[in-house]
Amino acid sequence: MSQPKAKKTTRQKGNGSLALLVGTRKGAFILRADPSRRNWKTSPPILLGSLVHHLVQDPRNRRTILLAARTGHLGPTVFRSTDFGRTWKEAQKPPAFPKAPEGEKGRVLAHVFWLTPGHASEPGVWYAGSSPHGLFRSEDGGNTWEGVAGLNDHPMRATWSGGEQEAPPDGATLHSILIDPRNPRHMYLGLSTGGFFESTDQGREWKPLNQGCAAEFVPNPHPEYGHDPHCVRLHPLMPDRLYQQNHCGIYRMERAGGHWIRIGRRMPKKIGDIGFPMVLHPRDPDTVWVFPMDGTTVWPRTSPGGQPAVYMTRDAGHSWRRQDQGLPDQNGWFTVKRQAMTADAGQPVGVYFGTTAGEVWASRDEGQRWSCVARHFPHIYSLEVAER
Amino acid sequence: MRVYVPTPLRSYTAEQGLVSAGGATVGQLLAELDRRYPGIRFRMIDEQDGIRPHIKIFVNQEQVRTLEASVDSQDEIQIICALSGG
Repeated sequence: MSQPKAKKTTRQKGNGSLALLVGTRKGAFILRADPSRRNWKTSPPILLGSLVHHLVQDPRNRRTILLAARTGHLGPTVFRSTDFGRTWKEAQKPPAFPKAPEGEKGRVLAHVFWLTPGHASEPGVWYAGSSPHGLFRSEDGGNTWEGVAGLNDHPMRATWSGGEQEAPPDGATLHSILIDPRNPRHMYLGLSTGGFFESTDQGREWKPLNQGCAAEFVPNPHPEYGHDPHCVRLHPLMPDRLYQQNHCGIYRMERAGGHWIRIGRRMPKKIGDIGFPMVLHPRDPDTVWVFPMDGTTVWPRTSPGGQPAVYMTRDAGHSWRRQDQGLPDQNGWFTVKRQAMTADAGQPVGVYFGTTAGEVWASRDEGQRWSCVARHFPHIYSLEVAER
Repeated sequence: MRVYVPTPLRSYTAEQGLVSAGGATVGQLLAELDRRYPGIRFRMIDEQDGIRPHIKIFVNQEQVRTLEASVDSQDEIQIICALSGG
């Protein structure tokens, strides 16, 4: 398939130096790039041995990074660095569900799965999504957390989330917490499983937003809720456009329409449109990258045919092109989790993904050519761009 | 009383494996530990006051399963992290 001409890729746009924040099953790492983004240097492990589901830079204060951690034996918590990952301090009051009244069974937080910085106008605000489903908010930069009762105690929450048997194998997760850049009260989030939800009053009330999205694993394939969004993104330059990589395909929604359109139908049939991550171009709302996985039979969740490839659309999902130059052309059984793919703001954009086999792959030219820039990490859970 | 702290929790106790704390119950003992070593309790005890699945607490080599278990100043407390998995 033809590729657009590559632009010269020697310099990162912006003044800061680029880094990738790598969350793994055995700790976190920071990969620092040189200005060309060709050479990457790995930090010593951070919290070696802890499961790090997500670590995210604060775009409002770039020296701050929050990190969601637990170990196999100890309870979940959140750590915070204010010196770009050099030192870490545990939250004084990490996310936790309230203690249940005597005689009632209360919820126990297994782990914090997702972190989202709040709106630009609310510098100390962060949101965390957990497993089992829970939404938490901090107003002091991640030091103390409170549950968002509007969701956690919503009368429909248990119905939306379903029972334990309906949770994915690694537990039910709340993810894709999206804040409308025009209005901090307008939020979205995803429940796996449960569906995609919207709030217009900063989390006090939530409504399902799943019309048009399939849920082929239940008898009624088009229910109001109960879907399995894997990753949902909102474009900051076009906040009324949403993209979703779902368990049942790739979708786009123009919010005014309120209806998901399955743009994954334009993917090649032999590849399908199942996957976990989804990445948006920072300056072009029509450009999106996905990483398809094998969703047939027992769902191997590996690259179809052992031939890993990124697929990219430049026209909001009307057409897709394969981007596999530099990736293994056989025996590449990659799995890329929903937080493990990201893009920088370079010119051209750098696109990155991390695999469960511990490799980080990078493209400096918007996905045209790929190279492995780090290997031998533990199982990668998340990959996020940070700029100093 | 003497409290033995397992290695995964020693980041809270300035790497000390043996600390002392008081209280009439295991719950009170852990509350005092948390005052002195903030955050340590929640890594062992969940928000419903349950002992986390891989944590075991022994009083004089007898395992206790609730925070209401009584202790006194002569007791020796061992906190064990059941290390397993890959």
